[in-house]
Amino acid sequence: MTEKYVAALDQGTTSTRCVLFDRQGRMVSIAQREHHQYFPRPGWVEHDPAEIWSIVKRVVPQALVDAGVDAGQVVGLGVTNQRETTVVWNRQTGLPIGRAIVWQDTRTAELLAGMSTGIDPADVLARTGLPMATYFSGAKLKWMLDRDPQLRPAAERGELLFGTMDSWIVWNLTGGPGTGSGASEGIHVTDVTNASRTMLMNLETLDWDDDLLAAFDIPRAMLPEIRPSIGRLGITSDPLPGIPIGAVIGDQQASLFGQTAFDAGEAKCTFGTGSFLLLNTGHEIVRSRHGLITTVAHKVADEPAFYALEGSVAVAGGLVQWCRDNLGLIRSPAEIETLAAGVPDNGGCYLVPAFSGLFAPHWDNRAQGILVGLTSYVTKAHIARAVLEATAWQTRDVLDAMNADAGIPAQSLAVDGGMTGDNLLMQLVADALDIPVVRPMMAETVALGAAYAAGLAVGYWPDRQVLRRHWQRAGEWRPQTDPQRRAAELASWRHAVALARAWGDRPS
Amino acid sequence: MALCPSGRDRTQPTGGATTPVVRHCRTERYGPAVPGSVQSVERAAAILRLLAEEDEPIGLAQITSALGLAKGTVHGILRTLEDVGFVEQDQAGGPYRVATEVFRLGWTKLDQNELRSKALNWTDALAARTGESARVAAFHAGRAEVAHHVFRADGGTQVLVTGSVVPLHASALGKVLLAFDPGAVRSIANQPLPALTTGTITDRIVLQRELAEIRDLGWAGSVGEVESDVAGIAAPIRDRGGYVVAAVGIEGSVERLCDDRRRLRPALISHVVRAGRSISRELGHGRDL
Repeated sequence: MTEKYVAALDQGTTSTRCVLFDRQGRMVSIAQREHHQYFPRPGWVEHDPAEIWSIVKRVVPQALVDAGVDAGQVVGLGVTNQRETTVVWNRQTGLPIGRAIVWQDTRTAELLAGMSTGIDPADVLARTGLPMATYFSGAKLKWMLDRDPQLRPAAERGELLFGTMDSWIVWNLTGGPGTGSGASEGIHVTDVTNASRTMLMNLETLDWDDDLLAAFDIPRAMLPEIRPSIGRLGITSDPLPGIPIGAVIGDQQASLFGQTAFDAGEAKCTFGTGSFLLLNTGHEIVRSRHGLITTVAHKVADEPAFYALEGSVAVAGGLVQWCRDNLGLIRSPAEIETLAAGVPDNGGCYLVPAFSGLFAPHWDNRAQGILVGLTSYVTKAHIARAVLEATAWQTRDVLDAMNADAGIPAQSLAVDGGMTGDNLLMQLVADALDIPVVRPMMAETVALGAAYAAGLAVGYWPDRQVLRRHWQRAGEWRPQTDPQRRAAELASWRHAVALARAWGDRPS
Repeated sequence: MALCPSGRDRTQPTGGATTPVVRHCRTERYGPAVPGSVQSVERAAAILRLLAEEDEPIGLAQITSALGLAKGTVHGILRTLEDVGFVEQDQAGGPYRVATEVFRLGWTKLDQNELRSKALNWTDALAARTGESARVAAFHAGRAEVAHHVFRADGGTQVLVTGSVVPLHASALGKVLLAFDPGAVRSIANQPLPALTTGTITDRIVLQRELAEIRDLGWAGSVGEVESDVAGIAAPIRDRGGYVVAAVGIEGSVERLCDDRRRLRPALISHVVRAGRSISRELGHGRDL
């Protein structure tokens, strides 16, 4: 009997990877490729959807070749993706109308500020769980449609389709424009987790909200159908035919699932381009009083949805990437640790990476990044340390919010993501939070979660209990800083955050 | 103008806007002398140039006559060059050639944190497949240092040992580094091989034989050589050029890693070797994606 596997396609902010897993949830192969980041103006971030699709077409077969596996041995595919990033494409040609507007992009700050006169932010928050931030898709889509008067009528006629990255990829995986001989058109779908990030879906009904569509002036005809996260939703035809797609789920919800945080009260924090702390709240829609957002965690076919509270931090690993690409401070992301480890502290400097404004718990669209506390004493090593500390303190800020909402402080934090390979960062996080930080034996939990979800849908795994047994502790960091120093550093950090917000508020 | 003023340090600050004067003076047949130069270094450089220009290894007599130097002098320099890893011979008394390590001079050494980031996924998979703790070690700053550590799956209190040192002659990770990394070998030359257990190899001849076997097999084992009840298996991690830059392996009780005749289990060995290959691929070895 030939071995069977589950594949995960993880379309992230900086790269796309296809990972194959075996029945024990162990990685068998991984094929990965980065795509271009476009920064056409300050605050703007774009991706080329056509490039991303061409990378998908390369990495999926590559992962199978690396493992020596044929498509028939892959019993299911889980698709997971960077959330909120907005794509509009032509249904006939299959071509995007332009670049995708990425979740980090802040171009809609003015648009949202103007809208809040005609729409009540409290009402939007109640319906969607989201504050009126540039982060979410709705305003990005409105911005695209507002820019070219021909687009809205075309969208109403069903000629243009909107989607987050999951929709774009699944539509292409299942046939695209269907121009091939005898091929049918791809399915135009999204899942509840991705839809919950658009600011257009109602958390209670899990359907597009007509009042919000009217407020954003978005034609319903261009929207994908909202499906459950877990359940067969189609069969691939490209680049490899015949693989059942068993799950579609946003990347942070996928990593919550990959950490086997299936039930209410379980949480995780993923360190990727941004960092995202999610707490499963079960079937209950919990409203935060401390600046967290309410989102859908996952949903199985006909069962009620699971919800989560989320503390989103826009810039974590993205700051390290910026140090490499824009400053030339390091040659590879991992070197930030080497550089930072060269000094015992930050030398008095603090970096607030408010590149996309500030997300949770502040939700300040206008805040901008600052580097403060500079003296002739400060070296690039101190700045590298401030870079890592910024991620640690931002995690502290969202954890404080979560503890306040939950009423019970967390005893430890389960972490994952590529940045958990940075031991110094993990130590700094443990020091900032004053609780142990635990890494499971699979840092790529986004891909693992998508594979788990797809594998459950196609019956590769019988139930969630089997998956829980796969979870193993691979590393742990305990707090080492003394309380006085922690308190002083935290006070300095919070002062720096206030300065980043004040700078964004300067007279124009 | 005086030619070759002796005892003048070129790097000595002279003050004022003096332009450095390049002085060439061919004093001997083996190349230009530099003011204030050390004769034996000049001669060593000349030998290296000579060896590098030849396609085939060349013998002592040829080198001696090509450079016009005394046989004893050339032999002494060659022995030193061999000790520092710049020159090598296939067998004692045989011809000499430039060691490959010379061509790596100036190459950036693989950053330990970079190594960990590339190894992360595959060491996780190795630990999950074998149920043992997994480590990656590299020869770094004169010692075999643990760059990454993944806990053993069955829980229990464990502490990350990243940054600690593994014994080169006794651990599986260390033996892989000794077998493939000339820097590691040099670090234990003329050093005693301490007996950590009764099973530790302390005899250099025996160790040499074992290292040759490791090179043949492509993996190293250690059974009761670091601690009497601990065994390990390790395999090399290669960079794009095929050069061994680190080792990956597992460590656990002799009982779990070995059969009842204290032989390491083949299934575990193949997991370790495969992890080594996968991490090598992440570093660009044999990959063109």
